[in-house]
Amino acid sequence: MQATRPALEARGRIVRAVRAWFEREGFLEVSTPARVRSPGQEVHLDAIPAGQTGGDAHWLITSPEYHLKRLVADGLSPIFEICRCWRAEESGPHHRSEFTMLEWYRANAPLEVLAADCEALVAVAFQAAGRDPLAVGLAAPFTRTSVRELFARHAGFTLTGAETATELRAAAEGAGVAIGAATAWDDLFYQVFLDRIEPALARSGPTFVFDWPAPLGALARPNPRDPRVVERFELYAGGLELANAFGELTDPVEQRRRFEEEAQIRAARGKAVYPIDEALLAALPQMPPTAGIALGLDRLIMLATGAGDISEVQAFPGA
Amino acid sequence: MYDTSDIRKGLKIMIDGSPYTVVEFQFVKPGKGAAFTRTKMKNLLTGGVLERNLRSGERLEPADVETKTMQYLYADADSFVFMDTTTYDQVQIPRDTIGDSAGFMPENTNVEVLFFNGRAVGVTLPNFIEQAVVEADPGFRGDTATGATKPAKISTGASVNVPLFINVGDVIKIDTRTGQYLERLSRA
Repeated sequence: MQATRPALEARGRIVRAVRAWFEREGFLEVSTPARVRSPGQEVHLDAIPAGQTGGDAHWLITSPEYHLKRLVADGLSPIFEICRCWRAEESGPHHRSEFTMLEWYRANAPLEVLAADCEALVAVAFQAAGRDPLAVGLAAPFTRTSVRELFARHAGFTLTGAETATELRAAAEGAGVAIGAATAWDDLFYQVFLDRIEPALARSGPTFVFDWPAPLGALARPNPRDPRVVERFELYAGGLELANAFGELTDPVEQRRRFEEEAQIRAARGKAVYPIDEALLAALPQMPPTAGIALGLDRLIMLATGAGDISEVQAFPGA
Repeated sequence: MYDTSDIRKGLKIMIDGSPYTVVEFQFVKPGKGAAFTRTKMKNLLTGGVLERNLRSGERLEPADVETKTMQYLYADADSFVFMDTTTYDQVQIPRDTIGDSAGFMPENTNVEVLFFNGRAVGVTLPNFIEQAVVEADPGFRGDTATGATKPAKISTGASVNVPLFINVGDVIKIDTRTGQYLERLSRA
C-alpha cells in the first residue's frame, strides 16, 4: 500500500493548516537534532543506531522531547516542532519505523489547555482534508475520563496505581484476563488495557484518558491531589492512539531516579542502554511548570482522511 | 518453542491445552508499553475462534498437528476407515470424531485428516460433493418461485433441504461446509 496522489495532497494541506494554526496561537516553530547521544531512555522504545561522532555512539531520536524541554528551560515558550522520529522494529497498520511527530510545549499552562489544543487541531485537520468531523463522530468536545474509571467500567476491577505487580496480576486474572508470562507492572497493565480498554475506546467517540498510574509516569509529574497517579493524558480517536501529554516533571532528582531505573530494566532485558541526558537534568531546575505533548502527525492525517493504514498517508512507506 | 516473532498465518500453537491455527495477526503497541501481537486463532478441535494479545517475547508451544490426505474406504458400526494415499496404511477414526461430516463422505474420496499428538481428531471434506438423491417426496413442477423446500436423503446418508422439483435419482451438488443444496446436475 502507498499513498495516492489525493492522499498526499490532503497531507500537504493538513500540515500547512497545522503550521498556520500554531502560528495564529503565537507558537515559535523550532528544529532540534535528529541524531543524538541520548535518545529516549524508555524501556519499550528502541532507537536506531546512527554511527559515531567524536568516539560517541549516536542514535536517531525516538522523540524530540529532551531537546524541546531544554529550549523551554531556556525560556522559549510556546514552541512546536514537526520532525521525523524513528523507532526500531515497529511496523503495523498504525506503526512505521520512520514517522512524523508533532510536539508542542506550553510553559505555565495546565494539561487541560493541551486537550483543548488537540480538539482544535483535529478540527483544523478535518477542514484541510475537506471532511466534516461531525459526520464521523469526531467533533469537539471530546470525552474526558480517567484510567481508573475505564478499568472500573471495562475491566471490572479497581486500579488505584498503588498496587504491587502481584496484586495487579491477581486482579487481572480474577477479571478473566489471560495474562501469559507477564510479571512486570506495565506489561500486566497493558495486557488488561489491550484486552479490555482499547476495544471499548475504539467503539466510543474521541476520548482523553487522564490520570495514569504512577508506575507509567515516565516524564510526568505526580498529581498533587493524588500521588498514585501522574499528570498525563492520552487521546484516543477513531480507533487511533493519537497523542500523549504530560504535565512535565521538572524535579531533576526524581527524573534521574526514573532514568536510572529505566536503564536498569533495559540492561536486565538485554536492550541497549543509552547515556543519561545530563544536559536535560541540568536544565530541569530552570524549567517552569510546563505542559508538553507528542502527537503522531501521520495518525492525525489518517484520522482526517479516513485512512485505515498508516502507509496510505506516507509517500514511499516501504523505503 | 516459538515466540511472537514467529507468528504468521497458519502457525499451529497450543493455547490453554488446545491446538490453534493462526488466522490473522497484527502488530500493536500501546504508547508507552511493550509491543504485542493481536492474534486471531481457530481452535483445530472445535473450530471456535479466539483472539489474544500476545506480548512480544512471549513463548508459544508448537502444536503437534499435521494433516494428511487420506482416502475414505468404508465405515462399520463404530468407525470410519481411511487409507494413507502414499503409504497405504489404514487408520480407523471413531464415528464420534467424524461428527456431522459422516453423512457427506462418499467412499473412495480423498479427505484431509487432522492428527493431533499422533491421533486422528478430525476430517475435512472436499468443499463440494455430487450425490444422488435416494429418498424424497415425489417432485412436482410449477412451484419454483416460492423457494419452498423438502427434505431429501442423499446416497452418503445426510438429509438435505432441496427444492420441491427434486426427484429420487437426481444428482445434486452440495456444499459440505454448510450442508446446503446448491444445484441439480442431472435428472433421474
